[in-house]
Amino acid sequence: MTSEMHVLAGPQASVRRRRRHWPVSAVVGLGIIGTIVLLAVLAPIIAPYDPNKLDFASPTLAPSWHHLMGTDQNGRDLFSRTLYGLRLDLAVVAVVTFVPLPIGVVIGSVAGYFGGKLDAVISRLVDIVISFPFMVLVISIIAMVGPGLKGILIGVPIVSWSLYTRLARADMLVIRELPYMEACVALGYSRSRTIFRHAIPNLVRNSLVFSTVDVMGNLLLLAGVSYLGLGAQPPTPELGSIIAEGQAYMLTAWWVVTLPALVLVVFGVGIGILGDSLSDGRLSGVVE
Amino acid sequence: MIAYVVRRLALSVVVVWGLATVTFFMLHLLVPGDPVRRALGPRASEETISNLRHQLGFDRPVLEQYGSFLGGLLHGDLGTSLSLSAPVSQILGDRILPSALLIAYGLVVAFAIGLPLGILSAIRPNGTADHGVRIGTTFVFGMPVFWLGLILALVFGLKLGWFPVSGYRSGVGGTFKTLTLPALTLGLSLVVIVTRTLRSNLINVLKSEYIEAARSRGLSERRIIGKLAMRNAIMPTFTILGALIGYLIGGTVVIEQVYQIPGAGSLLVRSILQRDFQTVLAVTLISGAAVVTVSFLTDVLQAVLDPRVRLEGKS
Repeated sequence: MTSEMHVLAGPQASVRRRRRHWPVSAVVGLGIIGTIVLLAVLAPIIAPYDPNKLDFASPTLAPSWHHLMGTDQNGRDLFSRTLYGLRLDLAVVAVVTFVPLPIGVVIGSVAGYFGGKLDAVISRLVDIVISFPFMVLVISIIAMVGPGLKGILIGVPIVSWSLYTRLARADMLVIRELPYMEACVALGYSRSRTIFRHAIPNLVRNSLVFSTVDVMGNLLLLAGVSYLGLGAQPPTPELGSIIAEGQAYMLTAWWVVTLPALVLVVFGVGIGILGDSLSDGRLSGVVE
Repeated sequence: MIAYVVRRLALSVVVVWGLATVTFFMLHLLVPGDPVRRALGPRASEETISNLRHQLGFDRPVLEQYGSFLGGLLHGDLGTSLSLSAPVSQILGDRILPSALLIAYGLVVAFAIGLPLGILSAIRPNGTADHGVRIGTTFVFGMPVFWLGLILALVFGLKLGWFPVSGYRSGVGGTFKTLTLPALTLGLSLVVIVTRTLRSNLINVLKSEYIEAARSRGLSERRIIGKLAMRNAIMPTFTILGALIGYLIGGTVVIEQVYQIPGAGSLLVRSILQRDFQTVLAVTLISGAAVVTVSFLTDVLQAVLDPRVRLEGKS
């Protein structure tokens, strides 16, 4: 391929080239994330015990080969509870991260493409939503709909579309000025075709990169809210509420409080490694 | 300069007004049922309910209530708590100090740990120190704040007995004793962001021409980084504070619960469990206003220190 053809082939060609060279660290990160997701999906098969089965004959047993993470104050197997908790957490987080993502990207792209009053209104709205401390807003929405996962499922998307809107808008402002957008106009493409088929595929990457960090943030938020007793309600196994329940027995049974969160720490390491290798500094625009 | 500050201030006022409007209508349109009826319980007579409704102005049209709500805000009136039957501003006033101190102390910890680590990893990018710092911060990145808090309480509070693991005492000594572990928790959870931001800024600055010029004149590395590079690199690290303050407030809600600190965050959680919406919304609004104020101040500070910022809007 000559260099001129390279230029003509434009952004698509470079995307394809990039895909062929996944950096090693990205593979490692994906491997860690994939393993943990697999553990969560296969929880019913892997878990050695029923996560909710009470066994008052064996309360707070230390970790052993029978109970890999020990048992809690009610004799429930902590390893099984952790697996099911992880399963619930990841399912909720997948919804609250990947539902608002496309919505935010579309709103941001439209605002950036058309500019003017529409853009001003959307941008102020984003400013307002981002000004609420995320945790506090989610908690106050939980206050309205009542404790439980419903509050998370409503509260997080209400806020997090704005992050993707801000990212997509900023990218659209740049893309709008590029020659290939002019070409779309010259070819007589409709605005929606221009935005959806030509601009969004080129700006969605930043949002996808950011979503890796967002997944982790939402996971920690969900665990935190459940720890406060406002998320998943007992006896549902959920990582935050497992730890909250174990807090009273912290001195006699340290494993109830400490071990379940390790799976989050490992997941965070995976996300961190993946995010680092994908981002090359692109995330700096988000924390603004 | 003045024009920039005025414009930025006007924007902040618009955002705070938006916050107040959103919180107000969330209370009035989204909450099902009658807050007064719920606060008084099922056995209250119709007359008591309608009296209290009248007293709180809940029987007036929504737009009229909205007007007097905004008017009240201008006077610092945040409404009346139904569960504690006292003005919310008064209840909140007592509880804001521990939270504010926790945030300030947490920031000090975050910068005290984050700045040296950021410099260390920027001096030789991808060197041993850089990798070490990155591995360490990546581990902290995945830790839930409450979990980190519990671990610190377990180790430094219960096992080593250095600090108390719950409660809050006023006074310098008492504050130091009771807030050190909570602030360490909050600070450690922020170290990742401080370190990463400073690292990438410092690496960029160290590549610039004026640093090269300083090197060629034979200035010591220590002087170059300490005096010349940090001046430019540290600025964005401070300005992300505007964004971080929201995260910090969220963090204190959880940490106050872990360490049983009677602050604004634990008031929020308590109010939710008692379905005291007036207080919930006051805390939400105040914390939102705090975020707006801090980001206004950091922007203005940045404009004062860096002429490029204030000239940007004019072109």
